[in-house]
Amino acid sequence: MPQTNYQTQQEFFVDMQRCIGCRACEMACAECETNGHESMIHVNYVDRAVTIQTTVQVCMHCDDPVCANVCPADAISKDEFGVVHTANTARCIGCSNCVMACPFGVPKKNEAYDLMMKCNMCYDRTSAGKKPMCATVCPTQALYYGTREEMARMRPNSTPVNNFLFGNEKVSTKVNIMMPKGSTQLIVD
Amino acid sequence: MNTTLNRKAILIATLVSVLVIATVFYGSRKLQNFDPALIGYLFGTVFAFFGIVYRYSVWLQRPPTWMYFKRTWQFVFKGQVFAHLYFFIKEFIQNIGFQKFIYPRGRSRWIGHFLMAVGCTMAFAITFPLTFGWIHFTLNPETSLNPDSVRMYEAHFFGFKVFEFPLGSFIAFFTFHALNWCSWLVIIGVLIFMRRRLTHAGLISIQSFDGDLLPLILLLAISITGLGLTYDYQFMKGMAYDFMAVTHAVTVIMFLIWIPFGKFFHIIQRPAQIGAHIYKREGIKRGMAVCPHTGKEFATQMHIDDLKTVTKELGFDFTRADGTSHLDLSPEGKRSRLGMAHLKARQQDGGKLFG
Ligand code: SF4
Ligand code: SF4
Repeated sequence: MPQTNYQTQQEFFVDMQRCIGCRACEMACAECETNGHESMIHVNYVDRAVTIQTTVQVCMHCDDPVCANVCPADAISKDEFGVVHTANTARCIGCSNCVMACPFGVPKKNEAYDLMMKCNMCYDRTSAGKKPMCATVCPTQALYYGTREEMARMRPNSTPVNNFLFGNEKVSTKVNIMMPKGSTQLIVD
Repeated sequence: MNTTLNRKAILIATLVSVLVIATVFYGSRKLQNFDPALIGYLFGTVFAFFGIVYRYSVWLQRPPTWMYFKRTWQFVFKGQVFAHLYFFIKEFIQNIGFQKFIYPRGRSRWIGHFLMAVGCTMAFAITFPLTFGWIHFTLNPETSLNPDSVRMYEAHFFGFKVFEFPLGSFIAFFTFHALNWCSWLVIIGVLIFMRRRLTHAGLISIQSFDGDLLPLILLLAISITGLGLTYDYQFMKGMAYDFMAVTHAVTVIMFLIWIPFGKFFHIIQRPAQIGAHIYKREGIKRGMAVCPHTGKEFATQMHIDDLKTVTKELGFDFTRADGTSHLDLSPEGKRSRLGMAHLKARQQDGGKLFG
């Protein structure tokens, strides 16, 4: 990788309850130079039958990324900052292993390109010391990029959590999800 | 990449290298037709074969790769061999020959890649057999002794005469300059890609010198020095010929030795894409998986089942208490389940918004 100005003290915080479903992040994501103007972020309804709550999903940049482990082409790599990069275009064979194995449902397969694409935390921006596109446009700060101290000051009743349980599998991530104060883990199923 | 040496891979790679040397020996009729000037290239090629086969064997041993490899051949040899063969040939022409999947990502990208790919493949097809002594040219002795006849040149393959052509004809010009045509194609392709890599902000931020720029520089150096070998004689009276010859040899040998480790390994990996397509086609025939959350089909059931096996082999266990798996969910289902889990945690905390 070329010389970077990556700010290691800055972290990504996602607060699902703050998402209002405006999709500004989707538009902003498509501005990212590294993903060729395709939007990689996901905005979903939580449980449409019972609530209008929406939620937003970026790549969580797992410590031991399942996506990279199941890739038969060695196309996904994690760098020294813990950013899990999108598929190497020369290597990816478009098999969708990563799409189906990611516990957070993040990678997208682009059928026309026969290529997987996913969020790489706007590496063109974060490596230059800037914040990811989505976090700069989110009007409610459901997506926030900054330091832990800033977050503690702004949200005294929340705790950032980066441990998840999917079945028997414990997954820890670089990206944090804001949970009620004192939480240590988000148990998904 | 695996850093520890892999015994199985070494064994396979050694066997293949010995096989290559044996075909060189016999293909050149016990070295009669072997051109000693090419000995450096021969060593480079044999080493490249060793490296490629080694890395390929290591790569195949990874659980997800092995799963695809195993399945592809199972399908090809079970049942409809011809249907698969037809599909394979079609895909090979479209995806390996024309790299059609690159086109939607941008026309200039495709043109650049296509030119480099055609140039390199043609150059391989010509130089490998030449270095191995499988192809060689001779002057037809009858025509060369008879001053009235047109001099005929003969091309031999594995020591057998394949065709002949008159010296000075268009075919002769085309054949003798074949590598120059390849060089021109590669040069144009490289320049298109260099321009992209030097100006596109997204590419600049994630590319690396040895991973992305060096391969282009190397291809350019090979092509230019290659052209130099001919044009040196034609236009520069052979000046600096030695320099050209040596740099050409050095760059080519570097390229060969580097195939297994760097960017160029994707040339060897790419056909796996066809395997992935066969896998999907066969999977669709066997039935689709339905997401328990969205109620919609999202992947082939075989894919999901195989992934459960592969993730287990890799040390991940997504099995739930009820025996089902988190992997049964579609990507959309997984995202919703995470949202629901978050909502549940919030409700347990009194249901209020926390901040
Ligand atoms: S969230 Fe998914 S795509 Fe992102 S690193 Fe983890 S497994 Fe890979
Ligand atoms: S789709 Fe590409 S990146 Fe994803 S697992 Fe398959 S080869 Fe790897």
